[in-house]
Amino acid sequence: MEDWQNGGFGFYVHWPFCMAKCPYCDFNSHVSKEIDQKQWRSAYLSEIDRVAEEIGPRTLNTIYFGGGTPSLMDPDLVAAIIERIRTHWPTANDFEVTLEANPTSIEAGRFQGYRDGGVSRISMGYQALNDEDLRRLGRMHTAKEGMEAFEIAKNAFDRVSFDLIYARQDQTLDAWRDELTRALELSIDHLSLYQLTIEQGTAFGDRYERGKLRGLPSEDLATDMFFVTQELCDKAGMSAYEVSNHAKLGSESRHNLVYWRYGDYAGIGPGAHGRITVNGQKIATETLRQPEAWLQAVEKSSNGETERDIVSKADQASEMLMMGLRLSEGVSLERFSALSGSKISSQTLENLSEMGMLLLDGDRLRATPQGRVILNALLRELLVDI
Amino acid sequence: MTDLAKIRNFSIVAHIDHGKSTLADRLIQETGTVETREMKEQLLDSMDIERERGITIKANTVRIDYLADDGEQYVLNLIDTPGHVDFAYEVSRSMRAVEGSLLVVDSSQGVEAQTLANVYHAIEANHEIVPVLNKIDLPASDCDRVAEQIEDVIGIDATGAIQVSAKTGQGIHETLEAIVKELPAPEGNRDAPLKAMLVDSWYDAYLGVIVLVRVIDGVLRKGDRIKMMQNGSVHPVDRIGVFKPEMTMIDELGPGEIGFLTASIKQVRDTRVGDTITHEKKGCAEPLPGFKPAQPVVFCGLFPVDNAEFEDLRDSIEKLALNDASFSYEMETSAALGFGFRCGFLGLLHLEVIRDRIEREYNIELITTAPSVIYHVHMRDGTMLELHNPADMPDLTHVDHIEEPRIKATILVPDEYLGDVLKLCQDRRGIQLDLTYAGSRAMVVYDLPLNEVVFDFYDRLKSVTKGYASFDYQLTGYREDFLVKMTVLVNEDPVDALSTMVHRDRAEQRGRALVEKLKELIPRHMFKIPIQAAIGGRVVARETLSAMRKDVTAKCYGGDVSRKKKLLEKQKAGKKKMRQFGKVEIPQQAFINALKMDD
Ligand SMILES: Nc1nc2c(ncn2[C@@H]2O[C@H](COP(=O)(O)OP(=O)(O)OP(=O)(O)O)[C@@H](O)[C@H]2O)c(=O)[nH]1
Ligand SMILES: C[S@@+](CC[C@H](N)C(=O)[O-])C[C@H]1O[C@@H](n2cnc3c(N)ncnc32)[C@H](O)[C@@H]1O
Ligand code: SF4
Ligand SMILES: [Mg+2]
Repeated sequence: MEDWQNGGFGFYVHWPFCMAKCPYCDFNSHVSKEIDQKQWRSAYLSEIDRVAEEIGPRTLNTIYFGGGTPSLMDPDLVAAIIERIRTHWPTANDFEVTLEANPTSIEAGRFQGYRDGGVSRISMGYQALNDEDLRRLGRMHTAKEGMEAFEIAKNAFDRVSFDLIYARQDQTLDAWRDELTRALELSIDHLSLYQLTIEQGTAFGDRYERGKLRGLPSEDLATDMFFVTQELCDKAGMSAYEVSNHAKLGSESRHNLVYWRYGDYAGIGPGAHGRITVNGQKIATETLRQPEAWLQAVEKSSNGETERDIVSKADQASEMLMMGLRLSEGVSLERFSALSGSKISSQTLENLSEMGMLLLDGDRLRATPQGRVILNALLRELLVDI
Repeated sequence: MTDLAKIRNFSIVAHIDHGKSTLADRLIQETGTVETREMKEQLLDSMDIERERGITIKANTVRIDYLADDGEQYVLNLIDTPGHVDFAYEVSRSMRAVEGSLLVVDSSQGVEAQTLANVYHAIEANHEIVPVLNKIDLPASDCDRVAEQIEDVIGIDATGAIQVSAKTGQGIHETLEAIVKELPAPEGNRDAPLKAMLVDSWYDAYLGVIVLVRVIDGVLRKGDRIKMMQNGSVHPVDRIGVFKPEMTMIDELGPGEIGFLTASIKQVRDTRVGDTITHEKKGCAEPLPGFKPAQPVVFCGLFPVDNAEFEDLRDSIEKLALNDASFSYEMETSAALGFGFRCGFLGLLHLEVIRDRIEREYNIELITTAPSVIYHVHMRDGTMLELHNPADMPDLTHVDHIEEPRIKATILVPDEYLGDVLKLCQDRRGIQLDLTYAGSRAMVVYDLPLNEVVFDFYDRLKSVTKGYASFDYQLTGYREDFLVKMTVLVNEDPVDALSTMVHRDRAEQRGRALVEKLKELIPRHMFKIPIQAAIGGRVVARETLSAMRKDVTAKCYGGDVSRKKKLLEKQKAGKKKMRQFGKVEIPQQAFINALKMDD
């Protein structure tokens, strides 16, 4: 068995356009008036064929349309991409196709089209449940519009998830408790709950550097919010299966599990990353970030990629641990050793377990909720000599 | 050979930054010693660190040929000196080689502490002093006021003070004329046995050891066999020359002249500044009085961040010490920091300069421990121990009493900041000796313990007076006081590199400031960390660094792996720069920054 099979195989398609740029967002998203979806379609299809030739036959677990705002794509473009991918690989029994959507009314109008084209799961970017906060986050939808989109989505898809951003400006612990309680009452089986991260190079990032972004929670409040989140979700049967992701048992996002279980994923579209195993070697791929540049490269030289790197075994082990400890299921130490050729110091493991940060259960190493909120510090300790 | 009557030897002295080196530039340029196109600012400050910091560290000599208004050709030997108090020794020994001083005073600032200190040195050396009021191009320049100040505070006649702008060149000609007219020619006897003063020596990669000499009597020639009177060693002279300012070879140096010689001397250590040089045969009978050697007064540990670089550190320290007799070192081991060196310096600036040079010229990252002075620990058995490192403090049951070095500090400060200055001195256990006024400036003289001054006193002084105070000091001697060793415990473990000597009455306050500072400097860990200051077994201050609460990337998708890994690599590299104490990691800068007080 090759190592990637521990995580499966997913296909990521990046759509780099949005209606407007949100002030907190550092994803590869661009605002553009004219998008010739036909032109994009041939580029995507050509990239799918190129990747397929390299990877060869294997079972595909998931497809993910991420962005940007993929709900701006024409439904038949989405359908064509799904169809082309499926001609190259047989799909698994639990095959899943997710599309990220912004919950505006215009986009909701396309949901049925996506469904018909083969999308089985939708992930909606709500971010907040009140208009005031939605405005501060620079979002294009209102709370009411969001709920309407949600109803449409529930009718169209078997599986619906949504994203909220918390630890926002001026948000109190109680306000978040209320908001999350309301979200959990919507009888949903998957939620992504992200703490607001101030990213460099975004509008919020600039404001933050100038000391003009006020009302951000202290580390203590943000931590309290994290634990309140765990508590409320646990009660609702929506425990965290990953640092920021909650689901009913069996409703986890298959695609994200491929990342966190460190499987293989091909990535196409501007700025997409991939990790694919070819001839026993794990290769890190990356594509041109600028939409126009990517499009031209694909049209001219049938390849949208920039440089490639071979990921060494030791780096694979680190990446596997970095991703795997985000999951409540943790990682296999044997898998880690098989990759790295070395072992994590048992003294370190013992110390961190004693502190209540790690749980060691036979071959499985897990981070406790206490450990997961300081995961970066744990990783520094665990990987210091690797 | 130059006629004695046509020689003028002088030093340029001033408070730091009053424009000595710039004035030297103009004198060099005006006399055509250096072509204008080869001129650069502060030409004589040739070390990288001097150019970068804009200060003079080593005294520099230049020989200038000057055709005066009287139609005669003169030889002027100029010594540009450093202004900073750490290098006062360079100034005083330079003065011994010359007969006069140009006392430069920034006319927009007035008399400052080193102006005074330098005047005293000049008077001690029997110098003729010519006051020069510099920076008259500045709008804030006030020559009348400053001339009055010179008369009031220093007590020398300033009616003949020359008004100069070393920047624009105004008054330079007058300065040259004053040098010729006001300063005395040297005295000496060409026919007497050779008697020359060893003013300075340093190592040059091409020529070996270079010796700067001032001939008093007799003639020094190429090929002569010379004798160092202190140890009797004999060397044949290979080269003789002068600085113009580049090295220019000549055949001989006669009385009153200043120049250099090389004589296949292996190490700078084989030469002693202040020594008398004479001929092997028919030498002079009486040596010159000599100088007191410069003694290091501030000590600290220098450790490589990466223990594997210890040998490189040894190498770099040995090389630097070759050219700097006032810098001392010996090997030190610390439980916390591993192998390193305990080094001695003239002051904190000197320490910083050496540290910078090691880090940059030799590319070794350093951990610097808290500076300390030399304590005299008198033991019960009557012996005395010179304590350079608080970590070596012997068991108290064997100690009778401890003495610490004291200084006489002179501070000049505008009235409005006087209160703050007095408070600062009082806080640092000072005893006021004198307080006088000159116009709107106060001159305060304090007796202070050196250990209270060595570290951040000057920074504090600058900050409480917004930079308007100036400061100078001299060591006066040792005095007994109630001194104790304060130990720092981090997570219950003592950290030897953070031990300091403090006065018993100040221990609580110091301890509190120290643990508070450490709390800021040590990053949060996964567990809470008690930080304590203790005297003997008694804890005098305590803080708890709470455990880190959150450090996780909220959103992490497929594309983030590489980015996150890079971040982790960076953090891991940062971790390597920490020192591990038990389970706690302390950043390298913490060892010195912990002591900086913001009182
Ligand atoms: N405006 C003006 N600036 C001057 C004049 N003379 C010197 N300066 C400036 O004053 C600063 C200090 O000059 P330096 O010549 O380095 O002073 P220094 O006395 O040699 O300083 P240290 O060697 O560090 O004690 C520099 O920035 C010079 O450019 C002057 O006549 N007018
Ligand atoms: C790739 S984004 C795009 C999805 C879609 N365009 C949208 O905005 O709804 C996926 C999710 O990441 C989260 N996110 C983006 N930037 C974030 C930030 N700076 N801090 C926290 N969460 C963020 C948001 O919850 C967002 O829904
Ligand atoms: S958050 Fe979503 S909609 Fe907003 S800019 Fe980013 S990708 Fe586009
Ligand atoms: Mg200078």
